[in-house]
Amino acid sequence: MISIKDLSKVFQTKDQEVRAVDDLSLTIDKGEIFGVIGYSGAGKSTFIRLLNRLEDPTGGNISVDDQDLTAMNKNQLRIARQEIGMIFQHFNLLWSRTVFDNIAFPLEIAGVSKQERKNRVNELIDLVGLSGRGNSYPSQLSGGQKQRVGIARALANNPKVLLCDEATSALDPETTDSILDLLVDINEKLGLTIVLITHEMHVIRKICHQVAVMEDGRIVEQGDVLDVFLHPKQKVTKRFVDQVMGDPEKEHSLQLINDKYQTGEILRLHFVGERTNQALISDVSRKFEVDVNILHGKITQTQKGAYGTMFVQFVGEKNEIDRAVQYIESTSVEVEVSPSV
Amino acid sequence: MFEQLFPNVSVEDIITATNETMFMTLISVAGTFVLGLALGLLLYLSGPGGLWQNKGLNWVTASLVNVFRAIPFIILILLLFPFTDFLMGTIRGPKAALPALIIGGAPFYARLVEIALKEVDKGVIEAAKSMGSKYTTIIFRVLLPESMPALISGITVTAIALIGYTAVAGVIGAGGLGDFAYFYGFQRSDFDVVLICTILIVLIVFIFQFIGDFASRKLDKR
Ligand SMILES: Nc1ncnc2c1ncn2[C@@H]1O[C@H](COP(=O)(O)OP(=O)(O)OP(=O)(O)O)[C@@H](O)[C@H]1O
Ligand SMILES: [Mg+2]
Repeated sequence: MISIKDLSKVFQTKDQEVRAVDDLSLTIDKGEIFGVIGYSGAGKSTFIRLLNRLEDPTGGNISVDDQDLTAMNKNQLRIARQEIGMIFQHFNLLWSRTVFDNIAFPLEIAGVSKQERKNRVNELIDLVGLSGRGNSYPSQLSGGQKQRVGIARALANNPKVLLCDEATSALDPETTDSILDLLVDINEKLGLTIVLITHEMHVIRKICHQVAVMEDGRIVEQGDVLDVFLHPKQKVTKRFVDQVMGDPEKEHSLQLINDKYQTGEILRLHFVGERTNQALISDVSRKFEVDVNILHGKITQTQKGAYGTMFVQFVGEKNEIDRAVQYIESTSVEVEVSPSV
Repeated sequence: MFEQLFPNVSVEDIITATNETMFMTLISVAGTFVLGLALGLLLYLSGPGGLWQNKGLNWVTASLVNVFRAIPFIILILLLFPFTDFLMGTIRGPKAALPALIIGGAPFYARLVEIALKEVDKGVIEAAKSMGSKYTTIIFRVLLPESMPALISGITVTAIALIGYTAVAGVIGAGGLGDFAYFYGFQRSDFDVVLICTILIVLIVFIFQFIGDFASRKLDKR
């Protein structure tokens, strides 16, 4: 869908060259939610702005849907941009226009007739959950609602790709989640390819299928979100994974657990992209004569299922515990008995 | 009552003078708005980071604006006599004041337009670009509407300056309330005439200020 080859962008400032994007190659598949994560200054914004040529590349190629964006002249680019929606951290709505007219703006640009505009805008207002707010001005909306207008506006011309530049960074956690849900909804309903950049692993975890970690203008690690979560290779990636999984002091707490719970059996359960065995604990206590104490853990949901680790204590007859462990081993949940540090 | 307070004032003459002042003000405000807007847009668009970024064009426009803003209005009128004569076929009366008024007002307004446009959020312009707008679309559907309240309050300030200029123009025979106050009031020592002219000019200024403030507030949806 999007193929990027040897892309680079050099900014020439008075006293130095900044290689904001450095020889970057990447393929993004159709219908995918592709996240790019990196710390401030990694070059994320520059990267996403290169994708619709708000920034002109210093070198390399970008094609979207087999059209070479980098080879286009101004007019061709204008037409191509109508098929690439973009939403922004600070929404960038026209305050002089109502919600309705803001969403209608890209349709005016594309030369859509007035009647069609009206139908399409009303459709979009419903899609993003702003029914009844069409006549409000942006200043009368909350941040989350403004971003919904931004999304509706970006979708107006039925784009093939949606670019999101820190689309939730100005929002509180709850509003962030509702906007992310909306993006997933749109991705599923419309089969839209979404490229988003963020510095929050939470955003990647919640909605992305693929993730690329960016540092100093380069992609240092890339893959399936779950793989990256499970086996982060680079230091930056580990730091980002810890952002969501928290607790780099796991070992310390395991020590505490071992000291405190001397009876029965301590188990470590590892959920990896789990979809079917999320009710495992209640299953076990129903099927076997064991009491299950949950001691410590963190499970988080990704687009590819649940992921995380949980420490539990099984109390009961020795052979009943063994049978329970065997049962768990037969599922896709990984189990480790008496885990050591 | 009126005749006792203002014994030397001929109502008919004062109405004519007021009409002349209104005529000069309205036409020159309209002309200044158009010319100033064009110059202001040119300044902004050719400036650093603008859509038509162009050092040469920007320098020429800025110089023109600065030079004409630096010339005192009374001298500008004298300087423009040949031009006015050529354009209007006369150098007397309200019509003859128009070229000087517009050429004096436009550079002033152009700077206010430039300031107003600079206040427009860069992100919004970027958003319009990302949707594939043409530059003309960005100018007419983004830049101008988004800066409209500031453009209106700018033209209000300029209009009030122009009302002052019409009075100055009056002294060299342009007609209107300034002319009337000077020739019929001051020179004949009929100070009631000066007074009534003052009151009427202040009233006109207030009306413009009121309309301008109202329109600017009404348009501002921020
Ligand atoms: N117009 C510009 N001129 C010069 N340097 C620039 C310009 N834009 C970006 N840079 C530089 O490029 C590098 C990458 O910037 P960029 O804005 O892409 O980072 P980012 O990952 O989006 O950071 P943040 O999370 O803070 O937004 C930075 O070192 C920045 O200073
Ligand atoms: Mg950024």
